[in-house]
Formats: sequence, structure tokens, C-alpha cells
Amino acid sequence: MLDSEVPQEGNSTLAGHKKAVYARGGDGKMHLVQSAGWEVEEIVTRQAVDDLLRMTEDARRRVEAGQTSALEYHMHRVRMDIPLLAQASGIWQWRIRRHFRPAVFARLSPRLLGRYAEAMGLTVDQLQKTE
Amino acid sequence: MMAFQHSQASHCESGVMASMLRHHGLPLSEPMTFGLASALSFAYLPIVKINGLPLVGYRMPPKFIIKGLQKPLGLKMRFETFRQPAAGVARLNELLDAGQVVGLQTSVFWLPYLPADLRFHFNAHNVLAFGRDRASGDYLLSDPVAETPVSCAPADLQRARFAKGVLAPKGLLYYPVGKPQTPDWQKVLPAAIKKTTRIMLDAPLPIIGVRGIRRLAKAIERLDAKNDAARTKLFIGQVVRMQEEIGTGGGGFRFIYASFLQEAAELLARPALNELAEQLIDIGDEWREFALLTARQIRDRDPLAPAALADKLRLIAEREHGFFHALRRAA
Repeated sequence: MLDSEVPQEGNSTLAGHKKAVYARGGDGKMHLVQSAGWEVEEIVTRQAVDDLLRMTEDARRRVEAGQTSALEYHMHRVRMDIPLLAQASGIWQWRIRRHFRPAVFARLSPRLLGRYAEAMGLTVDQLQKTE
Repeated sequence: MMAFQHSQASHCESGVMASMLRHHGLPLSEPMTFGLASALSFAYLPIVKINGLPLVGYRMPPKFIIKGLQKPLGLKMRFETFRQPAAGVARLNELLDAGQVVGLQTSVFWLPYLPADLRFHFNAHNVLAFGRDRASGDYLLSDPVAETPVSCAPADLQRARFAKGVLAPKGLLYYPVGKPQTPDWQKVLPAAIKKTTRIMLDAPLPIIGVRGIRRLAKAIERLDAKNDAARTKLFIGQVVRMQEEIGTGGGGFRFIYASFLQEAAELLARPALNELAEQLIDIGDEWREFALLTARQIRDRDPLAPAALADKLRLIAEREHGFFHALRRAA
């Protein structure tokens, strides 16, 4: 890659940040060049973000339909999955799955709610709603 | 306290080490820390899943650079992890009060100064802490992928240091004891280069090195593009994200290593390494072309054809095979 070929087309996922990449200068030497972003990176990052948003939105709809609890919604919203939430909260995966049942979640003890909230960086109040 | 100087880098771990060494009186470039630690690699790890997709690495695992620089530079790094977050916070404060510049392993998800779209649960991001704002208590950080120094509230940094999951940092902090020495280049450079050729050509597992690239090609070829286009796209997108996303220097680290080879050519007075650097720049461009082809298929600008991507990977594998054999002879 020549330094004149370093992508400068912008990448919305960088939110205005610039990254530094190595490219070949006119003298043949590699040096650090700032890049405003490459569309290819934007496409693959957006793809991952959109997939997470899709799962979050899907969970929100199922919360409204009474098919799952706000816990699942928040798990997707903070980009976690069940194995990661289990590690972060110290609660077994099968218990988390059980807490996805709205009736079970509604009866959770303040202590358990606190552990979930702490693991996801939320307050207990936020955890119980899907705003 | 000696004034700390931030500089932007293309990869977090090599950037952190370059800044840390310069602060301790040994100015080495980022590519030099990367190459000297033999950090270039390729690994396709189908067993390690990230959001249900396999891990693809274009460099050696986290901490490899920090650890790998100890021997060539006669440096001793101290690593400390903590069971209790409070102890980790206290120790960081103590070191900063003593004027130490401290390396930290963090999770990008919990660092609020990074762009929201890039904040995934990736636990092996390295930053340097070099002080605290007296008024707010915020930490002053040198994040190698950021253009300028940043600050981070104590609660956020604590979360980032004690995040859970794959590669959990456990509050890891590190700093050098003793002074790094300018090495005997004639000795350390050929050794570092040979080690990289061994990793790329002789790894005992077929998922590491050039064989790993071929293994990945096979896995991509087997994707069911007709019946499960969504998963196929997520899989190939993941391969490119790990190659090009935040802090790789582009081309799956091949450009960084080419820069290292140019420096080595000069230090060793071996022009052959310059020619090899040229070859590697071309290979880095092939990786970028692979990324471009993949992105076009994800966006349906080209028809989804995993076989075409697999062919491109096999071509890259062929070229890397030739390149690393030539590099072995030149070292």
C-alpha cells in the first residue's frame, strides 16, 4: 500500500477518530499515515453492530409480547451473550435461561437483580425496564 | 516525574511497548517492538468462539510482545494481577504516585472514550496510564490507537480492567524493572526473524501459520451460502474484522512487519531484507484485496461466493509460503 492509497473515504463507525496505518512512501520506506477510514472496515463493523441491534430489537419485541424478560433484552443491548453474562455475573447459564421467563424474572430477589445489574453496568431499576 | 509523551500507533500492544521503552530511555519504533518480539503470525482457531464465530488471529496471542521483548532487551517486566478490584486500583494509584508509567490490560467495551460502534467485549486492549487529573481524579491514559492522550473516570477504568470473559484481564498491570539496553542487533534480529519463520512454517498444529490460512480457506469453502447466507456473511465478515478493524496496521499486520524488515535491513546492512519487505507489502495488499472482495459479497455488490474467497486465501497462502522460506534463507 502506497501512502497515497491509504483510504481516506471516512468510516462512520470511527465516529470521527482517525487510525494510524503503515504505508509505503515515495522513498520506498514504510511510515505511519493517518487514515480517515476505509469503507470495507465500515461494512464489516456495521455488519456486526447491526446483528447485535437486530437481536436487541427482537428481544424487546418479545418482552412486549410477554415471551421473554427484560434480562434478555439488556443482555443483548450490552452486547453480551449467555456465556459472557454467566461469567460476568457468576450465575449459571441454565439459571440465566430460566430467568428469561417473565414470571420467574418478576419474582427475582433483589440480591440476584443486583448481581445482574452490576455485571451489565446498570441500576436495578434500569434492568427491570425496556426503555 | 518525567514528562510522558504520547504517540499514536497502529496496534495497541506494540504501541504501548514502544512508548514505555522510549519513556525508559530506549527509543524503538513500533514495528521494531513488533518484529523483535516475533509477533507476526496467523492462527485460525475454530474452537475459540467469539459471539459464536471462530477466532482468526494475524499475530501472536496477547502479551506475546510484552514478554518477548524481555530477552532481546535485557529487560525484566513485572506483571501483577488481582483477585480484588480494590487491590488492583490501590496498586495502580501507588505506582502512578511513584511516577511509574503503567501498562494495563482492558476491555474495549468499558472504555467510554472509544467510538461506540467499536466497543465490543474484547478483553485484550492495552493502554498506558501515566498520571491522574488532580481535580477530577480521572486517569490520564495513553491509548496507542487514539490520536491524543485521553482521560478515563476511575469507575470506568476499574470495569475495563476487571471485565470477565475470554482473556479476562484480572486487573493486569505491568511495568519494567531495570533499564532496557540497546541490543546487539547482529544477534537479536536474525534470531527474531527466524523465530517468525518457524511459527509460520513449522508449527505442529495445522491451524497455525501458512497451513492455518489453508485450513481457513477450506472452512470458508464449506460454508453453505445457498441455504444459510446470513451465517456465511457473518463468518466471512468476522475474518475481515479481525484483519482490519481497530489497531492492526492494515493487511493483517503484514505492513507493520514489512516496516520492521526495512529497519532490520539497515541495522544489519542486508539489502536482501529490503527486497523481502517489498514482497511482504505486496502480500499485505493481497490481504486488503481479500477484505475488499469479502465486503462486496457481504453487501451483495458481488454474488455471495465463498469458493472465490477460499481461492484468494489459497493464493495468499502460496505467496506467504514462498515469502517465509525466502526470509528464512535471508536471516
